[in-house]
Amino acid sequence: MSKWNMIIDVAECTNCHLCTLATSDEYVDNEFRGYSAPMPKHGHRWIDILQKERGQGTMIDIAYVPTMCNHCDDAPCVKAGRDGAVTKRADGVVLIDPVKSKGQKQIVDSCPYGHVWWNDALQIPQHWNFDAHLLDAGWKQTRGGQVCPTGAMKAVRIDDADMAAKAKNEGLQRMNEELGTKPRVWYRNLARFNTAFIGGGVAKIVDGLVECAEGATAVLSKDGGEIARQRTDNYGDFKFDGLAENSGAYVVEISDGGASRRLDVVLKDSVSLGEIRL
Amino acid sequence: MSIAAGKLRVILFGLVQVLKHTARKYPEFAARVAEHDVIAQIKAKDENLGRWFQFKGGKITSGFGIHAKPDVAIAFKNARIGASLLTPPFNWLDQINAQKDFTMTVEGDDGLLNWFAQTIMLTQSIGYDIGVPQADGSTRYCNMANGGPLFVYVKDGKIIRTTSIDFDDSDPQPWTIEAKGVKLTPPRRTTLAPHGQNSKAMVYSPDRCLYPMKRVDFDPNGERNPQNRGKSGYVRISWEEALDLVSSEIKRTKKTYGPGVMAVSHGSHHTWGNIGYYLSALYRFRNAVGHTAVHHNPDSWEGWYWGAAHHWGYSLRVGQSETYGTVEDCLQNSEMIVFWSADPETTSGSYGAQEGTVRRQWLKNPKLGVKIVHIDPFYNSSAQFLPGKWLAPKPTTSVATAMAIAYVWIKEDLYDKDYVASHTIGFDKWKAYLMGDEDGVPKTPEWQEAETGVPAKDVRALAREWASKRTYLAPGGWGNGHGGACRNQTGIQWARVMVCLIAMRGLGKPGVNMGNLQWGAPVDLNFYFPGYAEGGMSGDIEGTSLPVELYQRMPQLPTMNTSNQKIPRIFMPEAILEGKADGFLWNGKSIEHQFAKVSYPAAGHAPVRMLYKYGGSMIGTMNNTNRHVKMYQSENLEFIVNQSIWFEGEAKFADLVLPACTNFERVDISEWAALGGYGHHGQQQVNNRVVIFQAPAIKPLGESKPDYWIFTEICKKLGLANYFNEGMNEIDWVKRQFEASDLPKHISWKKFIKKGYFVVPTEKEHLRAPVSFRWFWENRAKDVPEPLPLPSDYSGEYLKGLQTQSGKLEFECNSLLRANDPERPPIVKYEPSWEGTHSGAMFEKFPLQLITPHSKYSFHTQGDGKDSYLLNIEDHRVEIDGWHYWIIRLNPLDAAERGIKKHDLVKVFNDRGAVLCAALPTSRLVRGTVHGYESCAIYEPMGEPGKSIDRGGCLNLLTPHRTQTKSTHSLAGANALVQVEVWNGKVEHMSEAFAKESPPATPMKRELAARPPDPQPASFAEYAPAK
Repeated sequence: MSKWNMIIDVAECTNCHLCTLATSDEYVDNEFRGYSAPMPKHGHRWIDILQKERGQGTMIDIAYVPTMCNHCDDAPCVKAGRDGAVTKRADGVVLIDPVKSKGQKQIVDSCPYGHVWWNDALQIPQHWNFDAHLLDAGWKQTRGGQVCPTGAMKAVRIDDADMAAKAKNEGLQRMNEELGTKPRVWYRNLARFNTAFIGGGVAKIVDGLVECAEGATAVLSKDGGEIARQRTDNYGDFKFDGLAENSGAYVVEISDGGASRRLDVVLKDSVSLGEIRL
Repeated sequence: MSIAAGKLRVILFGLVQVLKHTARKYPEFAARVAEHDVIAQIKAKDENLGRWFQFKGGKITSGFGIHAKPDVAIAFKNARIGASLLTPPFNWLDQINAQKDFTMTVEGDDGLLNWFAQTIMLTQSIGYDIGVPQADGSTRYCNMANGGPLFVYVKDGKIIRTTSIDFDDSDPQPWTIEAKGVKLTPPRRTTLAPHGQNSKAMVYSPDRCLYPMKRVDFDPNGERNPQNRGKSGYVRISWEEALDLVSSEIKRTKKTYGPGVMAVSHGSHHTWGNIGYYLSALYRFRNAVGHTAVHHNPDSWEGWYWGAAHHWGYSLRVGQSETYGTVEDCLQNSEMIVFWSADPETTSGSYGAQEGTVRRQWLKNPKLGVKIVHIDPFYNSSAQFLPGKWLAPKPTTSVATAMAIAYVWIKEDLYDKDYVASHTIGFDKWKAYLMGDEDGVPKTPEWQEAETGVPAKDVRALAREWASKRTYLAPGGWGNGHGGACRNQTGIQWARVMVCLIAMRGLGKPGVNMGNLQWGAPVDLNFYFPGYAEGGMSGDIEGTSLPVELYQRMPQLPTMNTSNQKIPRIFMPEAILEGKADGFLWNGKSIEHQFAKVSYPAAGHAPVRMLYKYGGSMIGTMNNTNRHVKMYQSENLEFIVNQSIWFEGEAKFADLVLPACTNFERVDISEWAALGGYGHHGQQQVNNRVVIFQAPAIKPLGESKPDYWIFTEICKKLGLANYFNEGMNEIDWVKRQFEASDLPKHISWKKFIKKGYFVVPTEKEHLRAPVSFRWFWENRAKDVPEPLPLPSDYSGEYLKGLQTQSGKLEFECNSLLRANDPERPPIVKYEPSWEGTHSGAMFEKFPLQLITPHSKYSFHTQGDGKDSYLLNIEDHRVEIDGWHYWIIRLNPLDAAERGIKKHDLVKVFNDRGAVLCAALPTSRLVRGTVHGYESCAIYEPMGEPGKSIDRGGCLNLLTPHRTQTKSTHSLAGANALVQVEVWNGKVEHMSEAFAKESPPATPMKRELAARPPDPQPASFAEYAPAK
């Protein structure tokens, strides 16, 4: 049977927040019986956009990552809920029953992703339920997916084997997969969020003026072995991306004609080395 | 009896039947009929025949003939005219002509007559079938927000949800552009800006004005207590009392002081809709009543109007250029785009939602091979979305970067010398300045580095890369200007130098143009639907672009303000407090109109003593706005009425608040991103042209009312109602607008209002608008579809060349040679900002440069505050201890130096005021620069208004209101020097300017006095015209 999955492309999210606004539009002041009680106007982030700023100086980038209930196949909240308060549907959607879940704060605590929210006024746990009432009414996309201007957020309904193949072919990752809850929310280009880069701009003196060193060679090594090599662009820039954060000591060696420089880097977050003068 | 008389008799008999039938069928209509006991006569004077209608206790009786004592009467000169004018479908030109020729006249009480006329018109519209029923029992209507078109789902009188529009099978297929082997087609749907998706929260905001309210200590017949404005509370009053108060104050002030005594002030934007827009209903009202106009500066154009226009014309586009065909040309032919103070991902162009985003996303396709460069002090949203090289000049300085690029091109022989020789004039003069021949200072990359902080090597690399690639230059949010650096102190220089750069590259050649894919989409531009600036029902043939096309298509009574007095908006507080203010004209008819002075008071006019204010956006959006607090508390303003949807900003300084409803509670019609006038063919921003019937989704909340209703009711007390609304209901104007457009050729009125939207059919590929400036490059007659410049502004043959005196791109501007303005020399020169790193003691005291660009999530004040969903966005506001604070961004090192951590409450301040914000350290700014959006809706002084810290986020309390140059009415306040420190918990902030009890001397004068004399260019004498 086909099931719902959410696929999010981190490279295409602009932090426009239409998905979060559409979710507020859908749930604040609206009750969908059998599905959800109204969402508080403030305080809940059923869709929460994380962000990561990488680098320093004028070599930086920013990744935005919409997160939400992962509709895990091995969902701790289903186990934590009493009296069938939390159920897993055949189409993959996890539902927290707004009536049966009353008073069950432990459901909030059970989520390792922090994506079950406690409604203090109604004394119920709440989450983004994949807009199940809309899917059941024939919608092909969630509110966030429908309104996303760049297609960064897309719901797909396929069977699990096809989804697994798609994830493998397209390099999709799940958030904190090590938790083992088998999320149904997948990310493309998540490396922009959870890896680091080492970059810099190479310069040299030409005819008494400082110039960008285009075409210089930058070599990245770790533990004595070369990992990657780049030619600097017309601004003298190089950028080794996709490195693990906090991954220790690296060496960057720059060479251009006869000149060369060696820089030692201990990588925590991303590093922009700034101008490297040959 | 003549045939005409017989016909009129039949029509009038039919009218009785229609009235009675409608009252039986619609309880709402029956209730209306019961509102008044009145006898109304319709008659033909020549034949002395007619029919009377008696409304009494809700019953309608009628009789043939002339009633002895009718309350009101509509008289036609003869039966032929009467029969003709009363036979549907109505010919509006005939109706208007009959009124102008006095062949149709009215007698009796204006209000009752208007009621009678509107009642008759209501029989036409009350049965309209609007909206599409849904399976879940809701109804789907359509509407248009400033942030894009919406489906509005309504159930049990409540808006359930609002969504963007997915097209159905009957809607047209979109266009395709083929570029470098890639086929590019936009999706079959509309997009939204964040504030558009926030609409429901704005409608149901707890900050709505729901009832007429009077300030508690305001007594029109006794103590008015103007000094308490902004402090004292309000008491609910009835509409009748409110209407009496505002109409009697209009009459009293006019009779007491004379014409022009009432100023009318509105924001630069409104809720969307061509009939209800401020340029429509408000303009008709204010002209009917007579007013002193608060004359706007060209607020998002600034440098383009006061600067760039001298180089290339386009005064009717406020100095920004034509944009046609540039999406196709850019995708097919360009290899690089330089975004220069351009952040379309934040600003959505203008009302363009995320349509440009969809197109710019294509640039990520490596097959197109388009490199991106961003030049901005802030790593903006467009830089985040479209990776590329980022150069970060200090605010206001990138003029120097541009000059250094030009210097490299000259030095290394990298510019288009043939084009410069054939298509431009005055290059040698500018070249001499750049090379240092004039002032001994060559404008080298090293020279600019000292000024901007951008490494010289990066500027050289950019200059060379630019010269090696066919490049689009994209200044401002539209890609040809708008917003960004044109709004700061060097904005005029910046816009000017942008034109000079593209002139050196051969503007108009394939792949060489202005744009960032925000404008220039290949939609059908021959299909006519009016933009909002075409004035709707305003009748204002002077203050809107109504005369261009809409006036002929939608005949209406013209309106004209009889007062010749204007207040230059930037100096409105000075005008009120000191009784004097000078500015310059924003009028696009020619380049030279801008040299005309606007002085208040106008000779022989009354001083302004009453203010009719529309909404509360000024404190958040104008500059140095503690001045406004002082103005509002001045006894020089005897009466302030504010007609506002939300109780926010300076709405809280009014004596009387009239509650207006949103566009979701009234009827209107509009097209997405259709600006008209100064933004001719704004529809080029969208991928699919969409016209919307803006259905009233719900009834107005509380006792709020449509602006149209409010104006009508005030007019009734002034005898002006029939002049104001021509006896029509709002929906009748909507239908008139529909009929005036090209819509009826494609869709019936009935179908249009049922479905709610219409997608304009896609243009055939070979009929798409030509590329801008291609005609110019190819020395052909102008062939892009814009009716400008005006014919007499061509120096040579009509349509040959640009609007400039030479018809060419002018490096040395003839218009500035004639103007003899030392601050705007004929060639553009770099003059550092008067509020920046060169400001000496002020810079030492306030060492951070604050930039205040347009906001990403709200649309100026719209969407902000109001307890809306936007408050949940941590890049917009952040909640700390129960209050949502405005975000101030600063470089992590600047933050650390001050002991500031993420979301600390910090005081952002200078001598103009202080604002409490939540700090956000970020590498998106280079050191020394801080960033906060320009326009919050909330003004929340923590103590005495004007003298305490604001925690609403009004950064414009801190920005300078001084104009960019003395000879322009140009906003310069997108940049200010400030200091930021961790808040010490104190709420007082007595700034120097506000410490004195008496009104300060005109700040303009004081600041100029404190500044060294403007350097006279050595070569200036030779530009001065012979005396």
